[in-house]
Amino acid sequence: MAKMKKKVKTITVNADKCNGCRACEIICSSFHATPKYSSVNPARSRIQVVSHRLKDIMFPVVAGEYAPAECMGRDKYIIAGKEYDECAFCRAVCSTRDIFKEPDTGLPLKCDMCEGEDEPLCVQVCLNDVLVYEEREEEVEAEDKPDELEQSLQALLDDHGLEKLADILARMAEKA
Amino acid sequence: MRYAETGYNLEIDLSTGNIEKVATDPALMALHLGGLGTDLKIMWDRVLPETKAFDPENLLIFSSGLLCGTPVYSASRTVVTTISPQTDLLAYPLMGGFLAAELKYAGYDKVIIRGKASKLVYIWIHNDRVELRDASALKGKGAIETQELIREELKEPKAQVAAIGLAGENKVFYASIEQSRSSASRLGAGAVMGDKNVKAIAVRGTKDIYLARGDELMKLMARARAFVQHRNANPLQIAVHSPQHSGIVGSTQEMKYTDESWHTTGFAWGNARTRRKDFWTKEIEDNWVNSQTKAIRRFISCFNCPQECGGLIDHPGVPRFMMKCFSKLTYAMAAYVDDLDFTWKICQRAFDYGLDSFSTPQVLAFAVELYEAGILTDADFAGCPTDQEGRFLWLLDRVARREGIGDLLAEGTYYAARKIGRGAEAFDHNTIKKHEQMNIKLGMLDPLYYLMYSTNEKISITQIEGNWPQGAIASREEREEFIKDWPQLPDEKFKQYLLDWEPRGEKANPFYPTPEISSEIVDWMETLHNIDDALGLCAGWGSFILKPPYHIHNYPQIISAATGLALDEAGLKQIANRNRNLHRAFNNRRGLRRADEKPPADHWKHRYPEYEEELLTAYYKFKGWNNEGIPTKTRLQALNLAYVAEDLERRGILTDGQDEKES
Repeated sequence: MAKMKKKVKTITVNADKCNGCRACEIICSSFHATPKYSSVNPARSRIQVVSHRLKDIMFPVVAGEYAPAECMGRDKYIIAGKEYDECAFCRAVCSTRDIFKEPDTGLPLKCDMCEGEDEPLCVQVCLNDVLVYEEREEEVEAEDKPDELEQSLQALLDDHGLEKLADILARMAEKA
Repeated sequence: MRYAETGYNLEIDLSTGNIEKVATDPALMALHLGGLGTDLKIMWDRVLPETKAFDPENLLIFSSGLLCGTPVYSASRTVVTTISPQTDLLAYPLMGGFLAAELKYAGYDKVIIRGKASKLVYIWIHNDRVELRDASALKGKGAIETQELIREELKEPKAQVAAIGLAGENKVFYASIEQSRSSASRLGAGAVMGDKNVKAIAVRGTKDIYLARGDELMKLMARARAFVQHRNANPLQIAVHSPQHSGIVGSTQEMKYTDESWHTTGFAWGNARTRRKDFWTKEIEDNWVNSQTKAIRRFISCFNCPQECGGLIDHPGVPRFMMKCFSKLTYAMAAYVDDLDFTWKICQRAFDYGLDSFSTPQVLAFAVELYEAGILTDADFAGCPTDQEGRFLWLLDRVARREGIGDLLAEGTYYAARKIGRGAEAFDHNTIKKHEQMNIKLGMLDPLYYLMYSTNEKISITQIEGNWPQGAIASREEREEFIKDWPQLPDEKFKQYLLDWEPRGEKANPFYPTPEISSEIVDWMETLHNIDDALGLCAGWGSFILKPPYHIHNYPQIISAATGLALDEAGLKQIANRNRNLHRAFNNRRGLRRADEKPPADHWKHRYPEYEEELLTAYYKFKGWNNEGIPTKTRLQALNLAYVAEDLERRGILTDGQDEKES
């Protein structure tokens, strides 16, 4: 099987160093404002600091993928005697909670690693090294992955059946 | 479009339950900025001199600063403005934490509270939804505990909550308002909140704050960030007396550093009485380093600030709490307790009661002295443990609950002394304008501190000083080195003042800096504080430390980029001056006069009464005030405050011809 290079972007979160200042939320929300830096609103930030100050819990979570359905169950972590809220570490934008959604429309927010910048801005503003950015190349097996079109067609096939789909394609071919 | 500010205040009348969102006049920013500045305008317009702290007409304003909620670093401060039960003058304690920004994101610059609720309530502000909620279940709960209970009740872990404890509910004159790792402590705003029957104010906001020229602002902030990063790696050395203050950017670094040799040997113990010059031994150092290192679980910051001035405290047998600044020393020193473990115990209890860490230890130490002098008796102290720690904890409980002797002590040393009588008045030796001061007693009169103690509206010295070294720098070489890198200065002439200022000899305290130079330096320092308090910036980034990241040459750029206001240095100074004079006039209208403007008699051993009067006169003249410390009509008119002059004239406080005769 052929090998190929893949770029992996990582933000390491040193949760023990977080002091809960939320500078990451502020820079994120203003960077992603339209026009850029025209407004601030931490509720729109794609990084959110989970804080229970008296419980000694402070750590940022970076917004991940939109999840159309909720998980079959929920996770609850206890680490070094500290009990974290349900799904505290989860990055998904999901129907069970408000985190990582535009406050006015509910549309999902996702971290884009501040495309175009040298490193994500949350990393740049964190002076306590809670957030550390790393970019590396990984060699992965080049799979014979179905491409996007094939995937979409497969979805249509699953929904409507081969016969119907073939009919439509034939009709469209005639017209063209 | 309004930039940096929301353009709305929330007006709450507790007596009627009426809640209104009121658009503010956009012109006010150019006149007063925001924060304390616009609070002063509201207080002047709406709180008459006859109104007392516990009258329903007294306002209690929770205000964000102009830059709170923007990306400007350290713009975290909430200013609480009201009439003080202790001084009967304006109180404006500030706190950091997270409330001010959250209030902005909820869509309000200020919450203006008037009247009194018929039963204990808390205010819940969630964007456009505002409610007065029943707080009867929170009655008697601690100020720290209450914040957690409210977040749980609302199921809003991201709500920011400011709360009072038992002391506020019981209207202790020096009750604080606690919020996250911060508190608005001085002058009894917590008592006013208690009197209004408001247990807490909880806020959650998810709206936008707009920036006029965000790109430009971000560049300025990148510079500020680089500055702080550099200073963190290279702390200032010259003119820095203790590692805690001014070495790096931020509020006093009491959590980060353990070496307390300077404070514990230089400041006065007990009821601001005794300096213990040999206190800091190896044994003490070991105990304190060990105690502090073990107690601090994590360093904590305020909103949008990388500096870690607070600490999460986890000490065996003590519920967790957050701590900052000088409270680490005030109780231990006032109680003559040498073991730092005591600090964690008593501070947790005091913070949960919601009590000011400067006034309270002084009041308790005052009570102990009265007992030792036989003025307070065994009957007053019935049930009190005999050890120093136990006695302080017992007294703290009495004060917060207003039980027995605590009921008198709850009014502070000034009023308690007069009610107790029998010579107790002589033990009230460390107050200015009826307000307890820092526990410092020194040798030689210092002209700068004389003026700051005497005249500043804050009535709390730690929050007035800052950009100028606390004492003359010993060697000429070091002075030359110090002035080399000092771009923060408003004028080059200050460099010469510093070069000339020597620890001893002719060019030393008390006669140098001269009254005129002293006035210039003091005016300069308080201008910075006035700017910070209007903008909602932490004084640890500007007015309170040597060579800070924010200064007169970049404030205007920062303000302008955030708000769109066209502003230069002269314009900013004019606004600060306007705010200061309005502030002064507000207090003058309530009776403040020259006779009130004096430090404690024993603050210095060596005093010069006639020269001190000269100092005060020179300062008043510099400020454009008359001989009684009241702004003249000319000065007020020049600051667009003609309406203030007219009011003072109508009341007979300013009279015709006074300008020429006395200023």
